[in-house]
Amino acid sequence: MLRYTLKRLAVGVLTLAALATITFFLMKIIPGSPFGGELAQLSPEVREMLYAQYNLDKSIPEQFFIYIRNAITGDFGESMTRKGTAVATIISRCLPATMKLGFAAFVTAIVVGVLLGVIAAFTKQRWVENLVMFFATIGVSVPSFLYAIMLMIVFGVVLGWLPIIGLKTPLHYIMPAFSLALYPISMITRLVRSSMKEVMKQDYIVLAKSKGTPTGRIILGHALKNCLIPVVTYAGPLLAFLITGSFVIENLFSIPGIGSEFVNSVTNRDYTMIMALTILFGSFIIVVNILTDMLVAFIDPRVKLDKKSA
Amino acid sequence: MSLLEIKNLTTSFSTEQGSVQAVRGISLAVDQGEIVGIVGESGSGKSQSMYSVMGLLSENGRVEEGSILFDGKEISPKYFDGNEKAYEKYMESIRGNTLSMIFQDPMSFLNPVLTIEKQLVEPLKNHRKIPAAELHQRAVELLTQVGIPSPEERLKQYPHQLSGGMRQRVIIAIALACTPKMIIADEPTTALDVTIQAKIIELIKELKEKTGSGVILITHDLGVVASACSRIYIMYGGKIVETGLADEIFYSPQHPYTQGLLACVNNPESDNELQPIPGSPPDLISPPAGCPFVDRCSQAMKICKQYMPREKRLSETHGVSCWLTEKGGI
Repeated sequence: MLRYTLKRLAVGVLTLAALATITFFLMKIIPGSPFGGELAQLSPEVREMLYAQYNLDKSIPEQFFIYIRNAITGDFGESMTRKGTAVATIISRCLPATMKLGFAAFVTAIVVGVLLGVIAAFTKQRWVENLVMFFATIGVSVPSFLYAIMLMIVFGVVLGWLPIIGLKTPLHYIMPAFSLALYPISMITRLVRSSMKEVMKQDYIVLAKSKGTPTGRIILGHALKNCLIPVVTYAGPLLAFLITGSFVIENLFSIPGIGSEFVNSVTNRDYTMIMALTILFGSFIIVVNILTDMLVAFIDPRVKLDKKSA
Repeated sequence: MSLLEIKNLTTSFSTEQGSVQAVRGISLAVDQGEIVGIVGESGSGKSQSMYSVMGLLSENGRVEEGSILFDGKEISPKYFDGNEKAYEKYMESIRGNTLSMIFQDPMSFLNPVLTIEKQLVEPLKNHRKIPAAELHQRAVELLTQVGIPSPEERLKQYPHQLSGGMRQRVIIAIALACTPKMIIADEPTTALDVTIQAKIIELIKELKEKTGSGVILITHDLGVVASACSRIYIMYGGKIVETGLADEIFYSPQHPYTQGLLACVNNPESDNELQPIPGSPPDLISPPAGCPFVDRCSQAMKICKQYMPREKRLSETHGVSCWLTEKGGI
């Protein structure tokens, strides 16, 4: 197990290195500079000074090596558009809000999705199943900003039950978290329903019935664990996706999160910001993937992570 | 009174192509301490008749008619006045308790994500009030009883870590957990190597001696039946076409289908070539009005196509449904 984890981490570091390299050069290929726009009116001397300060006067490979050397020591530089502020400072200021929101959305998606999926799979009432599947289909096909705005209008403006802007109190989390969660809820509902129906047809369910085990215990004790395997493989990447924030939702609810920072950094060519966030998101995904594989192996004893230790 | 008595059991499945009449009015009886064989080819309705008894038909299956008397109580879903909950509740109380089933495929009938112990003690948890500590002891005993070495270790393992024969033994141990009065074994040896087949049959015979249970052995292998069963039912096209003591079936088979089956058995002492039965089983969506075997029967007559022959008793134990015997033989 330890061997496996170390191996996966080593591969992860290589992946990150490749990600950083490719992103760095691609980013430089995009036309424009962090000092475009209003800053374009700067006098040539000031511009040169700025370029020198950020090493932009050197050749691109040279810039790359300087960047990597600094990054390894944990120095991700200063933001190019917000002078004097370290990238790390911006991230540590914006990330917590995004992660809390993403995590709330993740838990909602799993709990509600599994619950609805199980209901849809087992209800004897045809219309209940159809209703759940109807909303699940809407959830995957309607873009999030649309239902986010609708939620704001209904619960924020007309009914006035929930606050619309920011993340001050737990109440503030409800609408943005739900808006983020609606798509994954729909995905998980569909996943659980079809996987549950498949599992309930398996021979080992018949054997469990032949022991006189009541249906409720068959679902919880025999079927759920089997049917969660595909859900876990979906949920891992979902977690990485949710805790890195959403530009649309953060903007709509005026949440100062990392998702909007990322998009802004790209439009502004804030090179240091782009690099730091790419590496951060990349490492999230790598770590979450390792955890997902370990969790799958924990649920399904047939999956062997470390061939040597078996 | 017999331990299990089935009368005129009819089971059908609704499919997109129409209603499949898998079991068409079969009657049979099993006594305590007796091993009875049900023989027939795939699709003859032998397994589905027993799934009907257990109440384990798939969702589209339904018992249409007939009575199933087990241990003095009527357990056909028909007799619960359409009260599905009451039926399920009663079946849950006897399944795995007094009435249990051994399944066919050791690869697919064990839950891949649960340990052997968890799956083995489940019937005991369902039906007996046994303290947790004793439960483990019982599990060890059960595995020892079915001949699995180092049971302590095996209990902690998962199905994929066991061989096919070992898994089949676990499935048998599960069925035996509550020492049932009646065991239905659905092709318990089909998926196994020949050497292990004989061992499993021996095991079932031994356990029957020890517990005095009644056993129904469903199989398409006459060799298995010959070595284990005292009485045999031959099924074809959803009907029982011949029944008798093992000796009667093997030494004086009356129905052309039974004769055909026996001609398919490889007998090393005779030089006769194997005789396959030509043709294929009847379509059970629109089953023939007459004898189901008529299309493959070399001695078929006009009447065979139109009317189903009634069962004729040749002795107290030997019965056959065939127009040839009805007319006093050829």
